[in-house]
Amino acid sequence: MTAYGKPVPAPDADSAPYWQGCREHRLLIQKCGACGAVRFPPASLCPDCGSAAHDWIAASGRGRVYSWIVVTYPVPKDIYAGDVPYVVALVELDEGVRLPTNIVECDPHDLMADMPVEVVFDDVDDTLTLPKFRPLPD
Amino acid sequence: MWRLRDKYAIAGVGYTAFSARSSVTVRDLALEACGGAMADAGLMPADIDGVVSFHFNDSVPAMAVATGLGLPGARYAIDYQAGGNAANLIVQTAAMAIEAGLATNILCYRAMNGRSGFRLGGGRELAAHGVTQYTAPYGWISYPQAMAMWCRRHMIEYGTTSEQLGAVAVTCRRNAALNDRAMQRQPITLDDHQASRMIVEPFHLLDICLETDGACAVLVTSAERARDLARTPVYIMGAAYGGGPNQGDDLFDAMRWPDHSHNYARYIADDLWASAGIGPDDVDVAEIYDCFTYSVIMQLEGLGFCAPGEGGAFVQAGRIDRDGALPVNTHGGLLSEAYIHGLNHVVEAVEQLRGQAGARQVDGAEIALTTAGAMTCGGAMVLRN
Repeated sequence: MTAYGKPVPAPDADSAPYWQGCREHRLLIQKCGACGAVRFPPASLCPDCGSAAHDWIAASGRGRVYSWIVVTYPVPKDIYAGDVPYVVALVELDEGVRLPTNIVECDPHDLMADMPVEVVFDDVDDTLTLPKFRPLPD
Repeated sequence: MWRLRDKYAIAGVGYTAFSARSSVTVRDLALEACGGAMADAGLMPADIDGVVSFHFNDSVPAMAVATGLGLPGARYAIDYQAGGNAANLIVQTAAMAIEAGLATNILCYRAMNGRSGFRLGGGRELAAHGVTQYTAPYGWISYPQAMAMWCRRHMIEYGTTSEQLGAVAVTCRRNAALNDRAMQRQPITLDDHQASRMIVEPFHLLDICLETDGACAVLVTSAERARDLARTPVYIMGAAYGGGPNQGDDLFDAMRWPDHSHNYARYIADDLWASAGIGPDDVDVAEIYDCFTYSVIMQLEGLGFCAPGEGGAFVQAGRIDRDGALPVNTHGGLLSEAYIHGLNHVVEAVEQLRGQAGARQVDGAEIALTTAGAMTCGGAMVLRN
């Protein structure tokens, strides 16, 4: 963590399986055992029907860019000065949920709405893997 | 729905100087603004029995003001852990507390050393807990970065342009030039907006509000008492607070928000206008929460001043100018007057309705709208003289 020097997730009882899945390069999301709705972020109860029953399913890892920003002024400055410009996007997975991520392997100004993207797992250190997305090849 | 139409009033306003470095404590800022509102109403500490505020742990709590002003016995002193979404809600809360018999004269304030002290846009801890664990690790951290995501979605849906955002910035600055207390008074052009540094696309620097050391306060009391006090009462006609489904686990979080091309305003509009008994066409002046240029456009659409997607054209056509159909942010707003988290909009509305706005007075202003909020939740009021 000290070597990485950027914000890192603090897994909790709800999210631990998600982050463990990322370590194994699997994008796991919850599917309600009662109503079948998929959800993100992870939560103990289904926000649609209230059921605690759920399965972790492996998402396809494919989706589309719902919205995005290009960070050009780093905040906090000392942490992100070397990274700008970078893209943060909300990606809508084919399964229907949206998650925040970075779009990589793409010029920030080539981003387009609804651009098809696929997950790529970034092993940032020995304990943390962040799912990021890159444009899906034509 | 708000059922207290015209039963409560704002009877006093107070404020400090707005600066980048106050050189005093937040407590002193709060006391100065609250003392000002109390004196403006012609009241003494013995008359005040309630205090309400909101903050992000960047201020002093209401009990500190009760103690600092020497109130003989505050019967209602409460703080919201909240951002700009609560800047109108505290006024509503004061009226509700008086209606319930909990107090008679209540001070509402927001005080912060927002530039020299705790800066809201600054950053977060390295260990990202709760919903922040899904955002901060991607360098998605500041409020400008949060709101830019919404703005982009509006651009995708409706073709809203950066030049249309710029029209809001230029309008606010033009109004601020007439306002002695505004922090930024030198005029800007659309070219200045376009040439200003890109902070987080699609936002330029001039799309983003100021950071301010300062405070504002208002004194809320019953309409009956207000009529016996020093100033022309400003009545609370209508009020609403809320948002849609999935408002998130904190103000930043909107992962499950249904559609980022509209915000809370759409969900409170019906209650707001029904509670006031008027509609958008009846508003003479509108002080609209402008933490970013874009939030003005989204609230104009959500509250029904124009259709969804037409907000960009609405602001570009000059309708929000001082001499337009709907003068907006006559004080300069958060973009050019000061960032007192939206309570300065309430103060400005009161001064407009009293006819005390000096060079920036909108002639014949009788009904004002104030709003507070930009993303999943917020509130608004309709005020009249």
